[in-house]
Amino acid sequence: MLRIECPWCGLRNEDEFSYGSDATVTRPADDASQDDWYDYVYTRANPAGPHTEFWHHVGGCRAWLKVERDTLTHEIFSVEPASPNLPAPGKGT
Amino acid sequence: MAQEFRLGRGGQIDREQPVSFSFDGKSYQGFDGDTLASALLANGVHLMARSFKYHRPRGVSTVGSEEPNAIVELRTGPRKEPNTRVTTVELFDGLVAASQNRWPSLGFDVMAINNLFSPLLSAGFYYKTFKWPASFWTNVYEHVIRRAAGLGSATTEPDPDFYEQCHAHCDVLVVGAGPAGLSAAHAAAQSDARVILVDEQPRGGGSLNNEKLEIAGRPGSEWAEGILANLEAMDNVRVFTRTTAFGYYDHNTVAAIERVADHLPVPPRGTPRQRMWVFYPQRVVLASGATERPLVFGNNDLPGIMLASAARAYVNRFAVRPGKRAVIATNNNDAYRSAIDLHDAGLRVVALLDSRAEPDAPLAEEIERRSIPLFTGKTIGAATGRKHVASVQVVSTTGESGAQSLNCDLIATSGGWNPNLHLHSQSGAKPKYDESIFSFVPGESRQAEVSVGAAGGSFSLKACLDGGTAAGTEAAILCGFEGKKVRAAKAGDDGSYAIEALWIAPTPNGKSYKQFVDMQNDVKASDVELANQEGYDSVELLKRYTTQGMATDQGKTSNVNALAILAGQRGDPIPEVGITTFRPPYVPVAMGVFAGHTVGADFMPVRRTAIHDWNENEAAVFIEAGLWLRARYFPRSPKDTMYDCYVRETEATRKNVALVDVSTLGKIDIQGPDAPEFLNRLYINNWLKLPVGKARYGVMLREDGMVYDDGTTSRLGENHFFMTTTTANAASVLAQMEQYHQTEWPELDVVFCSVTEHWTGIAIAGPNSRELLEQVIDIDISNEAFPFMAVGECRMNDIPGRLFRISFSGELAYELNVPADYGEQAWLELLEAGKEMNVAVYGTEALGTMRIEKGHVAGSELDGRTTAMDLGLEAMANRAKHFIGKHMSERPALLGEGRLQVVGLKSLEPGRNLRIGAHLVDPEVELDTVSQSQGHVSATTYSPSLQCGIALGLLRDGASRHGEQLEAVFPLDKQKIKVEVCHPVFIDPEGKLVRA
Repeated sequence: MLRIECPWCGLRNEDEFSYGSDATVTRPADDASQDDWYDYVYTRANPAGPHTEFWHHVGGCRAWLKVERDTLTHEIFSVEPASPNLPAPGKGT
Repeated sequence: MAQEFRLGRGGQIDREQPVSFSFDGKSYQGFDGDTLASALLANGVHLMARSFKYHRPRGVSTVGSEEPNAIVELRTGPRKEPNTRVTTVELFDGLVAASQNRWPSLGFDVMAINNLFSPLLSAGFYYKTFKWPASFWTNVYEHVIRRAAGLGSATTEPDPDFYEQCHAHCDVLVVGAGPAGLSAAHAAAQSDARVILVDEQPRGGGSLNNEKLEIAGRPGSEWAEGILANLEAMDNVRVFTRTTAFGYYDHNTVAAIERVADHLPVPPRGTPRQRMWVFYPQRVVLASGATERPLVFGNNDLPGIMLASAARAYVNRFAVRPGKRAVIATNNNDAYRSAIDLHDAGLRVVALLDSRAEPDAPLAEEIERRSIPLFTGKTIGAATGRKHVASVQVVSTTGESGAQSLNCDLIATSGGWNPNLHLHSQSGAKPKYDESIFSFVPGESRQAEVSVGAAGGSFSLKACLDGGTAAGTEAAILCGFEGKKVRAAKAGDDGSYAIEALWIAPTPNGKSYKQFVDMQNDVKASDVELANQEGYDSVELLKRYTTQGMATDQGKTSNVNALAILAGQRGDPIPEVGITTFRPPYVPVAMGVFAGHTVGADFMPVRRTAIHDWNENEAAVFIEAGLWLRARYFPRSPKDTMYDCYVRETEATRKNVALVDVSTLGKIDIQGPDAPEFLNRLYINNWLKLPVGKARYGVMLREDGMVYDDGTTSRLGENHFFMTTTTANAASVLAQMEQYHQTEWPELDVVFCSVTEHWTGIAIAGPNSRELLEQVIDIDISNEAFPFMAVGECRMNDIPGRLFRISFSGELAYELNVPADYGEQAWLELLEAGKEMNVAVYGTEALGTMRIEKGHVAGSELDGRTTAMDLGLEAMANRAKHFIGKHMSERPALLGEGRLQVVGLKSLEPGRNLRIGAHLVDPEVELDTVSQSQGHVSATTYSPSLQCGIALGLLRDGASRHGEQLEAVFPLDKQKIKVEVCHPVFIDPEGKLVRA
């Protein structure tokens, strides 16, 4: 059972979250080449060790989170909001 | 003769509380406090089971949850539970147990003939023997093997009990309430930490209940009772008995099973049978004890042979004599206690065989004082006896030949002790080998856990008490508490645990015997040797090839013996051979407890629309759509078939007017100055120029260019949009919108949320729909004032709502949204208004029929492999702007020939309808490989409008093949139907009706 520290809701069970996608790939610019888009959609590093992922607090505040997780041990090193625009924890409106 | 083998006094049993039970139809008596094992032994019953493969007679060999042999079917009827270990079953009045895997009886088992054929049934026998022909596997071999080999049978009736799942948080979780665990819990609690203490036994104390040990000057079990009473009185401590921690998971979570009512005949009303706990501790102290391993010798599986610690536990804890004449064999000091305790309880200890040449002097003195014959450098080579051990062949461990025979009816052996590392290993840590105890001990911790006492490889009572106390305080400090100094309880010196390796006994006179390693799966030492010879020489391969350690006991008593024998065969040191990873669960856990409350009607939540009750009153037949229940069709008489209904409902719509509940569509309210730009990026269509008061059909792609979802989105205001999604994708579309908005396009000033439940959606469809609506709507809905795709706010009688002129049926149609609280009222008022017009209602079947007739693609065409071009939707795409999936949908292979494209299909055979999944094949070709298939039928119906079977299909290059004749082939039923390929829009291709 993973436990993820949501910046807004605190330490919560994995059940409340759903995995989204690899957060290390960058979505190419609109006019990027077909190859760049291909890499973005299909090419993944699949590292054994620390990895950054998008998780969705889907059963909670519905924020998307950037989670740094060790794929071997499941250790979670950091959790931060994916969006720079969401109100900071504790200062929400 | 009742309880002939019960000792006259002692034991943790209540002699005032006799308990009646039956085994294999025969009645017996035991006492409250007995297990099924001890009660059977008290009655002299040793033959309790037949083994898995060879059907050999088996009796109880342990006293705990590690029991490999004595497994029975417990209870009858719907509560019948197979493979229950008699050692863990608390006796209750009326308990019924039966032996398993035998026929016709436990005493005379026909399949015991397997024992004679054992050379054929060696390691990997089924890989070698039952190979050809392939078809025999499912038809013959599997049946034969399943009948011959096996364990108990489960009930086929529904489980009458219920199960719970609970969660609990604490600072320190202590697993095991033996001397180490009690000390740890006590120390941690003294430092004010919130403590949870779990133990699988009905009472705390662990090994103290089985041993004659003293702590602080009184019997160990009394000391344990005192500590437990202290703990239970503390607010910061929770004690769980009958609770086995079975799994150590990520992020320091530990799962446990609490057997709430297993010790009762039937759970009291309102009480679950079992409860699953998930614990969230900051620190874990593992005080899970150790398991003794048996010696490996010839016929070591006979009833009457048990672990040395088990033999003395039956004497000390249950006041039961497991035999009259005992031979005890050991390679360490610990079993000397068995000789002493058995002797002191009045059993005759015929011999104490110590495989070591030099015994421990003070212990030898104790033995001599009791006149127990002690033989050093000797062990058991083989046991003899048919259904019970009758004698032993004593052999030398120092190379002398010859064997001496001794008569006995009880053999108690100790091959040493293995710390219970299961939870430690499950936490991700790697156990390491300790030469001093010839076993594996905890390695470096990977999570916030520490093993203490016997679980940590320290077997002396003093080490358990001291180590437990220190670990408890330390755990509290690590949780942030100020550690309070606690003095460990004082125990006398219980001697050292000196051991020399003895992994397999020499056989007497060089004869060959069955020397069992894994009793439950009938794996012998010779199977381990054979596996090694055949190249399965790593522990992981050995395990899978021989099935060693893969029975319901997971090899608790056999794993270390097996790998040591393998190491001996390979000529490698044990650490090099290593140990397999321990997997949860530590003990078998019933599936029911994993399901918890989510069974039957509570399996998943049910979503009902506001019109559900009305539908139910109208005897609608429902269909599940995700979690939703939708009305599928409305039988008007008991004879009505689904076909009758959807044809009637479709005709009513096409010729007159009908209502359908469309509330389940996903609805998302989107607002903000950047809302149009946001939609522009989500959909392939252009949204910037959609006027206020208009709806548009939109298509979304995935990043890989395949169509993801579709629906209409309306512009309610300059910066206000209302999106609908398919019922199936409502949740995932919203999640995807949130992801793009938060991770990729945070610069867009837009907010949105699901309003699916806020609105009830009612479609009013059919040529007379306007006439009906005009009676109740307060806005002008003439074709001029409210044309196709118009959107507006309105009131229907007194109900506020939104009206959309959109059509899924292909008829003149409107969709009315009203706040869900008014949903049923609106529905009733529409029915009332349409009463004189004979307004009808329809369900999802008729809805589907009409969408196929109209050629609207839906879920069966949006199958994740089709592009907008494949579906004939490419004209909507605005490729001058950016949208999700744009680049990938432009890949050359997706644009070229050979794509499956949506087509219409007409049955050319009157009265025959097409089937979903049928392959589209050239009539000249006899379909025998998938490559000959040119496509498939995706959605089918009988068309009341065309009066023939029609379908939508995906056909290779289908858009350019209208007019061709093909066959729709359904090979499973050898069905073929001639079809004509046509345009997917069967009715009103110009769209005159919807614009009327």
